[in-house]
Amino acid sequence: MATEGLHENETLASLKSEAESLKGRLEEERAKLHDVELHQVAERVEALGQFVMKTRRTLKGHGNKVLCMDWCKDKRRIVSSSQDGKVIVWDSFTTNKEHAVTMPCTWVMACAYAPSGCAIACGGLDNKCSVYPLTFDKNENMAAKKKSVAMHTNYLSACSFTNSDMQILTASGDGTCALWDVESGQLLQSFHGHGADVLCLDLAPSETGNTFVSGGCDKKAMVWDMRSGQCIQSFETHESDINSVRYYPSGDAFASGSDDATCRLYDLRADREVAIYSKESIIFGASSVDFSLSGRLLFGGYNDYTINVWDVLKGSRVSILFGHENRVSTLRVSPDGTAFCSGSWDHTLRVWA
Amino acid sequence: MTIAALRRLQMPGLAKMERVIVSMQDPDMGIKMRNQRLLITVIPHAMTGNDIVEWLIQKYAISEEESLHLGNLLVKHGYIYPLKDPRSLVLRADDSPYRFQTPYFWTSSKWPATELDYAIYLAKKNIRKQGDLIDHEKDNYNLLHKRINHTWDFVVMQAREQLRAAKQRRKGDRIVIDCQEQAYWLVNRPPPGALNVMEHGPERRNCHISRVQLPENTDYYKREIECCRKAMGRTRVKSSICLEGYIKFNEQYVPHDPIMSGCLPSNPWITDDTTYWAMNAPTVTTPTKLRVERWGFSFSELLGDTLGRRQLLEFLKKEFSAENLSFWEACEELRYGEQVRIADIVDSIYQQFLAPGATRWVNIDSKTMERTLEGIKTPHRYVMDDAQMHIYMLMKKDSYPRFLKSELYRNLLAEAVVPPETKKRVFPFMRKQRHSSPSPALLLPTGEPEAKVEDQSKAVAVPMES
Repeated sequence: MATEGLHENETLASLKSEAESLKGRLEEERAKLHDVELHQVAERVEALGQFVMKTRRTLKGHGNKVLCMDWCKDKRRIVSSSQDGKVIVWDSFTTNKEHAVTMPCTWVMACAYAPSGCAIACGGLDNKCSVYPLTFDKNENMAAKKKSVAMHTNYLSACSFTNSDMQILTASGDGTCALWDVESGQLLQSFHGHGADVLCLDLAPSETGNTFVSGGCDKKAMVWDMRSGQCIQSFETHESDINSVRYYPSGDAFASGSDDATCRLYDLRADREVAIYSKESIIFGASSVDFSLSGRLLFGGYNDYTINVWDVLKGSRVSILFGHENRVSTLRVSPDGTAFCSGSWDHTLRVWA
Repeated sequence: MTIAALRRLQMPGLAKMERVIVSMQDPDMGIKMRNQRLLITVIPHAMTGNDIVEWLIQKYAISEEESLHLGNLLVKHGYIYPLKDPRSLVLRADDSPYRFQTPYFWTSSKWPATELDYAIYLAKKNIRKQGDLIDHEKDNYNLLHKRINHTWDFVVMQAREQLRAAKQRRKGDRIVIDCQEQAYWLVNRPPPGALNVMEHGPERRNCHISRVQLPENTDYYKREIECCRKAMGRTRVKSSICLEGYIKFNEQYVPHDPIMSGCLPSNPWITDDTTYWAMNAPTVTTPTKLRVERWGFSFSELLGDTLGRRQLLEFLKKEFSAENLSFWEACEELRYGEQVRIADIVDSIYQQFLAPGATRWVNIDSKTMERTLEGIKTPHRYVMDDAQMHIYMLMKKDSYPRFLKSELYRNLLAEAVVPPETKKRVFPFMRKQRHSSPSPALLLPTGEPEAKVEDQSKAVAVPMES
């Protein structure tokens, strides 16, 4: 009925304005306790000296854009996925390929190594996340033991195992994140709240905590309680899509990389953004970020083919690394912090140290 | 919203590049333009590659390498084009002449590059060169001829008309317009194998363009309001206190950060020597000093390290509270375990740790015990959370500080090794042989490698499986 329709619209509009005004008041509340800037506090910290990092390994073998990579806990093996559907497991120290599988879809945008090192997970335009046990048996076809775990209604953008091989957390273009039981494929929990595609996620390092952070095309970074499915905290200061989120090693903060060409640091206890890492000469978006072991350095892979290294505390850029010949799409620091690996649309991966 | 504005929203990089281009052309602060000679013709409003690089260095306080890189991006995206060697969209830091692309041909203005426009462009070239097009342009021409055959008369007519109009212009202007058009098409229809800057990933349903598609309905806003209300009520910590935390964390961890402080004996990636990994393996007889020190940073550091956890267990055994750690581990197994095994694991935990008279009974306060026992009647993966947290805190606040003061820990510190530094090889071309390591996928649950393992140290050709 016409009058009902009118009521719907009024409710929607009034809800929207209520949300906006609450967000404004929240920002005011957050600002009240902001008594000092990070770079001011960091003035007494010693400045970083000359910084030299070089490509130590180049992994060639993908026939198309590399979209994602992840390290194995053994500190040297990695899994990488590409646009043509190929997923490769490498011993990046020797540059040998150890396993390879071709997915039935293109744009495999997410891949992850299981904590045990015995399986990998991947997915992309197939809207699913599949787990492949790694086998060295020449008679076995890796694809035969494939387990289809997650089902979304749009592309899979990110996936990560939790503390064991038996649970996977996924993020999708359908605007949700979800937690799955690997063996049965059962959906354990889903996370609703993003207003657009979710592009990235990262699990909190805390021993006791059960939270993770996600970033999306709605410019929001959201922190979730894995148990209840509720959003605990939400941050909306980026001006464009958030491509990557990563926790600071202490778990008290996380960094984000966005298409607005900035990286930002959000403190969870202060409940606000505490630093912006940007430079006028950096024009293209940051696709992927990660911290060095101590959290002093933030490495950002950018769509202008470079990697910028930031001093997290002082807010300045320490170094810019050239080498890739197309977008840097993925970047992860190794589990023991001895190196980091970057993957690019130029079909290669590089390990830097 | 105009298409240009929409495009700039979708590709924020374009908007920023355009701002750079505009400031480069600023009459006061921009690049000083002059006439450039191209063979016998004089082209006005041009600049050299060097001018561009110098200007960027000045404007952004960056190095020459970065300036060249940024300048190259501007050229590759078609905002600046070369006059000499126009087929190669590369910025050279010398006196090669360049010009700004006319806004008409900007990526954000004339988007998308239509098949029709491309056909007309190729047709013009075809007529001018009397059929002598380069390979990929010839292929594209033939393809388009087939695909849009029905409008081909229109295409040829347009091409002829544009050529006729061009003849009326001065030679200098003609060259410029040809270069502009050519640059535009090099960006939008790059030759095969060349870098394609217009390539993008899968479509994202951004808020700006598809409000209709995503359910931004009442549920969404209700959730946002709920989240905001909760956030309003949360306890916040003053920035000064939080930020101090980073300084402290930095102080503690920087010596342990291999990228910041190096690692002893050497970083395997740099020297090809894996001794560092061998000495820091999960289970090793004598841990390194840095590692043992790190166990003193926080309880989670101790617990998170396989060796540390083992030492903690030894200590707890001496204190007759080893069951606390075992209980905690069992709870972890429950939290991260298979869905189908939950009831079994809960039962096993109950029998071992919670039942009256259990062999490894854990000491939880009565309230938590009551709640837990009630909860396990309907077992789920988080049913032990309260009890687990209680025991975790007990270990953290009580056992852990004692562990750090204990003789056990002090001995560990005293016996810990500090590896001597291995200098980088003097002759880097004599590369050390890089040995493989057994894949974790080959190890049995006990951590032992499987009996039958092929020799991994040769490069194995892996067949691509599908």
